[in-house]
This record gives sequence, structure tokens and C-alpha cells, in this order.
Amino acid sequence: MTTNGVEGLGLLGDPTRRAIFELLARRPSTVGELAQHLPITRPAVSQHLRILKDGGLVVSRAQGTRRIYRLNPDGVTALRVYLDRVWEEALTAFSKAAQAAPVDPDQEDQ
Amino acid sequence: MTGTPTIPPLTGTVTVDAPIERTFRVFTDSFGSWWPAEYHIGQADMANAVLEPRAGGRWYEQGVDGSECDWGRVLAWEPPHRLVVTWQINGHWQYDPDPERASEIEVRFAADGPDQTIVTLEHRHLERLVDGQALRDGITGGGGWGAVLEVFAKAATNQA
Repeated sequence: MTTNGVEGLGLLGDPTRRAIFELLARRPSTVGELAQHLPITRPAVSQHLRILKDGGLVVSRAQGTRRIYRLNPDGVTALRVYLDRVWEEALTAFSKAAQAAPVDPDQEDQ
Repeated sequence: MTGTPTIPPLTGTVTVDAPIERTFRVFTDSFGSWWPAEYHIGQADMANAVLEPRAGGRWYEQGVDGSECDWGRVLAWEPPHRLVVTWQINGHWQYDPDPERASEIEVRFAADGPDQTIVTLEHRHLERLVDGQALRDGITGGGGWGAVLEVFAKAATNQA
């Protein structure tokens, strides 16, 4: 796998920011929900979210008194990381299913 | 207008302890049995996902309420070695019927002895899923491809 001449690690180079991004790839969340999964305070989560928003990876919207954060649906990197996760989980699940599948005697026991 | 920038394809490899025919059959005939059910686009919960076994076939999900949502089309059907399908789900998690905006997934199956199969997946033409301006902004903004690829490489290695 090549990195196609990419410079630097950019916005996702910070491990906490990457963790926040991956949590949002699983589901849209509030600051409080994110903080429950991370060993950092809510203000620290907010600060990382601001950087991710400024970088175009994450968007937010108000829902009543809550503010929900999610991956930017128009963002290239957001889309790609999301699909990375889809394929990672799908291939793992597929591998287990194929190994557990019953042998088809017509095709294999000859 | 300058040329449309491209997004590097996603690739993944997994080694399966099963013969090639069975591996291909589980991937296709039993697609709905292993696809993670949380990844779907319909309003209703997903009951099944179907990949029709022929070139030109549909690839779609069935909801628990009987509704159907297309994901793409089968472009190449070459059992047990190769499968190409389109993925027409955009960043808003909606099906886009325009074939000009279809990304492609190619899956190759290679026997590694009688009881093991190497499955290689490539998801390409991702730029077709994204609005042109957002694409240019995303790439020139340097959204951290290195980190993205690194995360994926790690995931792929763990699966190997």
C-alpha cells in the first residue's frame, strides 16, 4: 500500500483526534457521549472537535439543547475513513462466515 | 475546469481457510449472512442484502418491512475468481442512480492451496461519489491521507 506522496499526518495525526473521528464514524454523538469513551475531559473533546470542524472533517447541528457532531458528508477524507471501517468490518465478518460455511458436497467432495 | 482529482483506492486483503469455490459462494450467494447489518441505508432495519449472481444483476438491501434499497449493480461475474460491482452510495448515505457517479469494487479470489483462499478487495473511483468542489478542497486541504492509509494498513494486516 502506498501513501501517494502525502505530506505529514495532518489533522488525524493526533491519536485522540483520530479516536474521536473513529467514534463519529460509528455514530453521530454529543461531546458528552464522546467523553465517555475517552480518557480526556469534555473541554478537551470540544477543542479537538473544533479543529476537526475547521479542517472540514466533521460537522455539527443543534438538536434541542444538544449539539450533535458527525462526519462531514461532503468530506473526502471523512468518506474514505468511513468506508475503510466498513470494509475492515465486512471482510472480518466475511472471513469468519466463509470458514464456518458448510461444505457443498457437489462442488468439493469429489 | 481542471481535471478531476482522484482519491487513492481502498484496498484490503483477507486470507480465508476455505477452498476457493466455497469462499466465492459465501461472498456472493450468502452475502446477506455476513454483511454487517449496521451498514445499510434504508429507513427500516435491514433484514437481508442480496447480490444477484450475474453481470447486470442488482445489489440491494431488503428491509424488515419488505422495502428494498439499491446499492449498485454487478459489472463482472466470473466465479470463482473475480467479481466487480458498483457502489452508488454517496457521503449522505443515499443511493445515487447516476452511473457517472458510481464507484467500483473489485473482489479477486486466488486459491492458496486446496483449502485456503486469498481475497483481495479494491474500492476505486471514490472521487465519483463526492461533489467536485468538496473533492478539490479535501485534497488540497491535506486532510491527512497518511494517517488514513496507516490506519487502514494496520487493519488489513490484523486481518491477514
